[in-house]
Amino acid sequence: MNDTSTDRYAHLAVLPMRETLPPAGLLRGTWRSVRDIAAHRELLFLLSRRELKARYKDSVLGFFWSLARPLAMLLVYYVALGKFLGAEQVPGRPDGIPQYAIFIFSGLTAWQLFADIVNLGTGSAVANAGLIKKVYVPREIYPLSVVGSALVNFAFQLAILVVATAALGAFPTGTRWFYFPLALLVLVVFATALALVLSAVNVYLRDIQYLVEIAVMVLFWASPIVYSWSLVEPKVDGILERLYLSNPMTMVVLGFQRTFWVAGPTAAYPPNLGRDLGLTLAISLVLLWLAQRVFARLQGNFAQEL
Amino acid sequence: MPVNVIEIRGLSKRFVIRKEKSLKERLVNFGRSNLHKDDFWALRDIDLDIAAGSTIGLVGPNGSGKSTLLKMIGGILQPTSGVVRTRGRLAALLELGAGFHPDLTGRENVYLNASILGLTRQQTDLYFDAIVDFSGIERFIDTQVKFYSSGMYVRLAFAVAVHVDPDVLLVDEVLAVGDEPFQRKCMDRIRSFQHEGRTIVLVSHSLDQVAMLCDRAVVLDAGVVKADGDTIDALRVLRDEFEATRRDDVERALSVTESGDEGTVASPWEARPRTEVTAVTVTTGDSEGTDATFAPGTDVSVAVDVTTGSPLEDWFLGIAVNDHLGQPVYGTNTRLLGVALPRVTEHARFRFYLPSLMLGEGDYTVDAAVSLATGLEVHRAVAAARLVSRTMGHSVGPVHAEAEFTVVSDGVSSGPSVETGAGRRATTR
Repeated sequence: MNDTSTDRYAHLAVLPMRETLPPAGLLRGTWRSVRDIAAHRELLFLLSRRELKARYKDSVLGFFWSLARPLAMLLVYYVALGKFLGAEQVPGRPDGIPQYAIFIFSGLTAWQLFADIVNLGTGSAVANAGLIKKVYVPREIYPLSVVGSALVNFAFQLAILVVATAALGAFPTGTRWFYFPLALLVLVVFATALALVLSAVNVYLRDIQYLVEIAVMVLFWASPIVYSWSLVEPKVDGILERLYLSNPMTMVVLGFQRTFWVAGPTAAYPPNLGRDLGLTLAISLVLLWLAQRVFARLQGNFAQEL
Repeated sequence: MPVNVIEIRGLSKRFVIRKEKSLKERLVNFGRSNLHKDDFWALRDIDLDIAAGSTIGLVGPNGSGKSTLLKMIGGILQPTSGVVRTRGRLAALLELGAGFHPDLTGRENVYLNASILGLTRQQTDLYFDAIVDFSGIERFIDTQVKFYSSGMYVRLAFAVAVHVDPDVLLVDEVLAVGDEPFQRKCMDRIRSFQHEGRTIVLVSHSLDQVAMLCDRAVVLDAGVVKADGDTIDALRVLRDEFEATRRDDVERALSVTESGDEGTVASPWEARPRTEVTAVTVTTGDSEGTDATFAPGTDVSVAVDVTTGSPLEDWFLGIAVNDHLGQPVYGTNTRLLGVALPRVTEHARFRFYLPSLMLGEGDYTVDAAVSLATGLEVHRAVAAARLVSRTMGHSVGPVHAEAEFTVVSDGVSSGPSVETGAGRRATTR
């Protein structure tokens, strides 16, 4: 026996024995998971970077492709809906939406982030099957790394949006900026909660990822992204109106528009948008906590189901 | 006395084998889903304590639960019942390069893989040069790993793995990779791990590797511990088991061919008389038996008794001498000796003479085997006799030689060389 080994034994002797099974308690379990994830934040960062780097690695234009999709959608909606269907406000058509391009791009930017997190997050556990079966790291890392890489894509889109507002001479100022961080926070928390649950369920039932793709596509039309809230308001009332507005993504999209769509009239928003966003955030945080508990429950059998 | 780093109590693992996966299948079979399930116990009621600083080998036939046990220690699988408790930093090396992304460069993958294995960024920065140096692929470190040869891939992966700093290392069949010089480097690294008091839990099918590295072995079979203890004893249990399995296979194969000739299919489990080596007797000087002690240079003879139920034709007989790890050090057979064996109907005895056998100090076992001309080994009596070589202790290794030593030139005095070894000849007889 030598010094290194004696030191090691002495060091080990004072450490407590740890069960490999994480405690199932609601609060204690969450605390342990959060600490575990925090301890692996460097890995989280590296995995997010891997997602970004690997996706467009061998293409000539590389990262540009992640922006091409939302820009193409912007063009399609702007031309088809704005020009042909007459949604845009132009001289002689006063009931249209002013600065329609900015309006759509505000909503699209928010939606693209949501769609990325939910779609890619759902497949994240299955996509990392090789790692899950061979190494133990807190498995929340995989959906969370998707959130990280989606946020980077989002940052670039956001930059384009901000530059566009400045170019059109309608740069948002003052209290408008209050809505943006709140809406973004709601978006990330809510989408992350969905991604956690869906990624875990998808391991057991692979149909989920196809179902989610369709649901995301359909739900795109359930939020006022290409049409405005003022077009919906007269057509829904009572329970329907409340249902429409209780969609967290509707709140988020409205929050984004409130910030970046400077030309928008006050009538384009429901009253008390700030208060409702705050409420949605509180609910989303509870959902995120529940989602983590569900994930912790389901992840125990990941390695054998994959 | 080192503390335990791993404690396993009443550990069981059940796998449910489902035969359906999609939503449609589940809905269609809803309520009847138990019909589509099969239970499989991969581990049953395992108790195991592993002390710090030990190197322990988990061995057993395929499907015996070795890898499952390792994954449960690593927290990758969760137990159906029972607990696993660990302490200290634990690194699982179940697959080399788990998490390597083909599109990333070697450098990026080193950082990613090191992080997966639990190194911080600063630590990786610190070890990076050492890792690249160990892998020996400096020139390609900024190339995407999809362009690597499989050898380069595992070298880089192994280099990362051995630079993590765990108290407990779990290893599954990945110890020796690459070409021979690199394998030697791997083994040296493992030895220095042992020297530093790290605990290694090793799953391997290479019994020689286990015998060489481990101070304890656990034999698993069908999810239960068959033997646990000293490596050599545990491996002997496993080798006997393998021999029994192999023999069953041979019997089955023989009965199928025989019945095929007659045009009927006989049950392979039908009791039939066996051909076997019933006894091996060693004679050294005046001692005779299944256990004999001798000094190198003594004449040794090995007598082999063969019994057969059906006539034995066109066959040959062989013996092997193995060291205490089960590694063969000497072997011969009647085919190599150019001797044709007579037809044996019931019982026969044969004898091999090994004049002045020069075996080094140690315990040896003797195997004897009956084989057919096709090369099929019908029966092998494993470790049927024991030979113990006693020397004066002037040498190590399985070969004995009467060594002498002289100083030819001492490099200082220019005069005639001084022979210090003369007259100090070491003799063991």
